[in-house]
Amino acid sequence: MIEIIELNKFFNQHHVLRGVNLKIETGETMVIIGRSGCGKSVLLKHIIGLMKPDSGKILIDGVNISEIDEAEVNHFRTQIGMLFQGAALFDSHTVRENVGFSLYEHTHLAAQEIDSRVREKLRLVGLSGIEDLMPAELSGGMKKRVGLARAICTDPKIILYDEPTTGLDPIMADAINELIIRMQKRLQVTSIAVTHDMSSAYKIGTRIAMLYDGKIVALGTPDEIRQTNDPLVKQFITGSARGPITAEETQKYSVVADQNETSV
Amino acid sequence: MARLDFSFLKKIANVQKWLENFGDAFLGFLEDTGGIVVLFWKTIVMTVSKTPRWYSTLEQSFKIGVLSLPLVMLTSLFTGMVLCLQSAYQLRIFAAEQFTADLVALSVTRELGPVLTAMMVAGRVGASMAAELGTMKVTEQIDALDSLATNPIHFLVVPRFIATVSMLFLLTIYADLIGMLGGFLVAVFKLGISQYIYINRSFSALVMKDIYTGLIKSVVFGVIISIVGCYYGFKARGGAEGVGHATTMAVVVSFILIIVFDTFFTALFYFVF
Repeated sequence: MIEIIELNKFFNQHHVLRGVNLKIETGETMVIIGRSGCGKSVLLKHIIGLMKPDSGKILIDGVNISEIDEAEVNHFRTQIGMLFQGAALFDSHTVRENVGFSLYEHTHLAAQEIDSRVREKLRLVGLSGIEDLMPAELSGGMKKRVGLARAICTDPKIILYDEPTTGLDPIMADAINELIIRMQKRLQVTSIAVTHDMSSAYKIGTRIAMLYDGKIVALGTPDEIRQTNDPLVKQFITGSARGPITAEETQKYSVVADQNETSV
Repeated sequence: MARLDFSFLKKIANVQKWLENFGDAFLGFLEDTGGIVVLFWKTIVMTVSKTPRWYSTLEQSFKIGVLSLPLVMLTSLFTGMVLCLQSAYQLRIFAAEQFTADLVALSVTRELGPVLTAMMVAGRVGASMAAELGTMKVTEQIDALDSLATNPIHFLVVPRFIATVSMLFLLTIYADLIGMLGGFLVAVFKLGISQYIYINRSFSALVMKDIYTGLIKSVVFGVIISIVGCYYGFKARGGAEGVGHATTMAVVVSFILIIVFDTFFTALFYFVF
């Protein structure tokens, strides 16, 4: 179980997360929806410990991950897979080295064993025979799937998806959706996906939470969200320019998107 | 009654703006200084506490050392030649041309060898480090490393650090030799100084101290180039422009630090040792 308690985060004077509270049960897929730049990715990065909260806690199975030392964080990270928005494949490594990165780094498995695991994970995301290509030779959608294969390579218990379907064609997007559902059903993986693709959110989510103005403003099953009367949520899920959320917000937060902290 | 003149308020506002900008720049300077020192410390700790990735270190050594050889050779050869001509031009006045050898040998080993090599390597290698790590940063590859339970300092900085320090050390020895060769060629074939006298004077002028002070400098410069390059790479944000900025900053700051530390060490060796 992952608990996010009163999480606050500032970037300079921007108060990006303003007391986020969210509880994610083991084995469920929580989809966090919200506008671009509203802090969804920031929230994900807190869960995997890439960013430290200014106040508040994140508990994974009862352990506050912002208070433990690096070795323990790394222990947690081996059980968490993360798919990045732009896939974040290592340019100077082949697809095989990318997907099997954790296995090469943290296990003493033989090369053939790693190779067969890499091939298995690549097959799972619908890619075969590309082990020796470099990331630069792949299309955007392929990169994303290789990124997903890398995230699931160590069979993690928690998978974080940062916009898993953005930039994919509708058919591939749905294939990724199916894959996320399969991972959850078959392996009982706890997933957190951040997206603004509503069709994906309805399909993969066991619950959906909406992040707006640094807070969770709505939480419910896909059906509950679909039938909501909350004007904020309604405007977002129907994708309307008219409503309580104004276009000005984009400008207010566009600054924030670039303010990634250095990780060292 | 005359109208009140409020234009002084505008001036005050200007001064305030200026002070703000100055304060921002100063804070930025402190942030970078602190950041570089912290990264240096973390790199040292990581280098001694965990086995470095030797394969990656070798790869970097090849890129930094072997591929810099032609550039360093050209620069030091021509520097040696120019130095020889310039000093002969001055020494001729006193009919003391044979002292050209002393001058070239001392200037090259003590000063020009280490400094010019460091500058060449900073331009070539420091810039590429900042660009490579900066691109990795803005495309979230550094975050990805962290998320895969791999320390980016151990994975990326330590191999570059070890490779730069050791390769710059070797390149400096190489530059010293080539620089003296440049001087030798000009002196013997253009100025008509006997090669026996030239070689003899070169080696009798040099004492161990001249050579090792130069080499100590080269180690310091190696630290500066790798840490500054990696620091600005890690600090890059916001896409291509951010990476460009990181690269520029890495080179500019490396150059400044090389000059500053060169002066410091020269003074230290002069007054203390």
